Amino acid sequence: MTPFLPHRAVRADAAILVAALAQFPVTEVRAQSADGASVYDRCVACHALARNRTGPRHCGLAGRRAGSVPGFPYSTAMRASGIIWDRRTLDTFLAAPTRFLPGTSMGYDGIKNPTERKALVDWLMSRPPCG
Amino acid sequence: MTIETVTHPATPETAASRRGFLSGLVRTVLSGTAVAILAGCETLASSGAANADTMADDARILNTALGAELEAIAAYQVGAESGLLSKGVLDVAVKFQGHHKEHADVLSKTVTKLGGVPVGPLASYDFPVDKLKSEADVLKFAAGLEKGAVSAYLGAVPLFGNRDLAKAAASILGDEAMHWAVLRGALGLDPVPGAFVS
Repeated sequence: MTPFLPHRAVRADAAILVAALAQFPVTEVRAQSADGASVYDRCVACHALARNRTGPRHCGLAGRRAGSVPGFPYSTAMRASGIIWDRRTLDTFLAAPTRFLPGTSMGYDGIKNPTERKALVDWLMSRPPCG
Repeated sequence: MTIETVTHPATPETAASRRGFLSGLVRTVLSGTAVAILAGCETLASSGAANADTMADDARILNTALGAELEAIAAYQVGAESGLLSKGVLDVAVKFQGHHKEHADVLSKTVTKLGGVPVGPLASYDFPVDKLKSEADVLKFAAGLEKGAVSAYLGAVPLFGNRDLAKAAASILGDEAMHWAVLRGALGLDPVPGAFVS
């Protein structure tokens, strides 16, 4: 059986691709489009829509003051932030939570891909109020 | 809780294959004892590079992870006590729960070493038990948590000020990813659906 030997041009292209990938976050490789529910899968180790878990519940997030869900033990930073969650604040926070709000308990690097982040923000902002 | 769609509905045949799939795994999946987190943390207190802010930030990240691990332990307990799991699946669930206990133990000790106060388990957890009607439901529930855990650790790794902690978190991430793959396989889903996790 003849071993597969890539054409020189193909190998060169592959080398360029590898070099290009090294310049960008992994998420840039995917997701020219995204749906918010799928992106939210990344949050479910700590969050749910209807109930507090390691993180606070997400129902009714639109227009809510940060750190205000009853019974949830927020960080001091979050309670004192004065943030009102809307598309702009949520987008900025989710891009780099610990940079936007030092001291937050959300030890997560962020959703770096703007398309994925917008999908997640749109999805979260359109969830119904808490039942 | 987002639960993935099962592409192959559970049948006696698939349930049997699930048991076979998992009974093999319970013998072969690596134990979670390879995590070197404590070895890395022995030097934390005396490290000149570790300042108080960095240690506090790292402890905060670890404490959030600890909270999620404690919830995972409780979730597996719910699954184990549900009466819905066959022997092979139950053995695997208990094994995975044991991994989460090991993660929680090492995270708790490390938070203490960093000068923090480790969180404890909640008095109760509000799991969607009303939606757990079958073995597949329990597996989907667990798979969702494991997938979320992979994402959570992936998001935590770049944040650590101490690279030993980043390495340890990546080690736990690998274990969670194996759990997720095994659970997907047991559900008849592609165990490894892509080249990257996110």
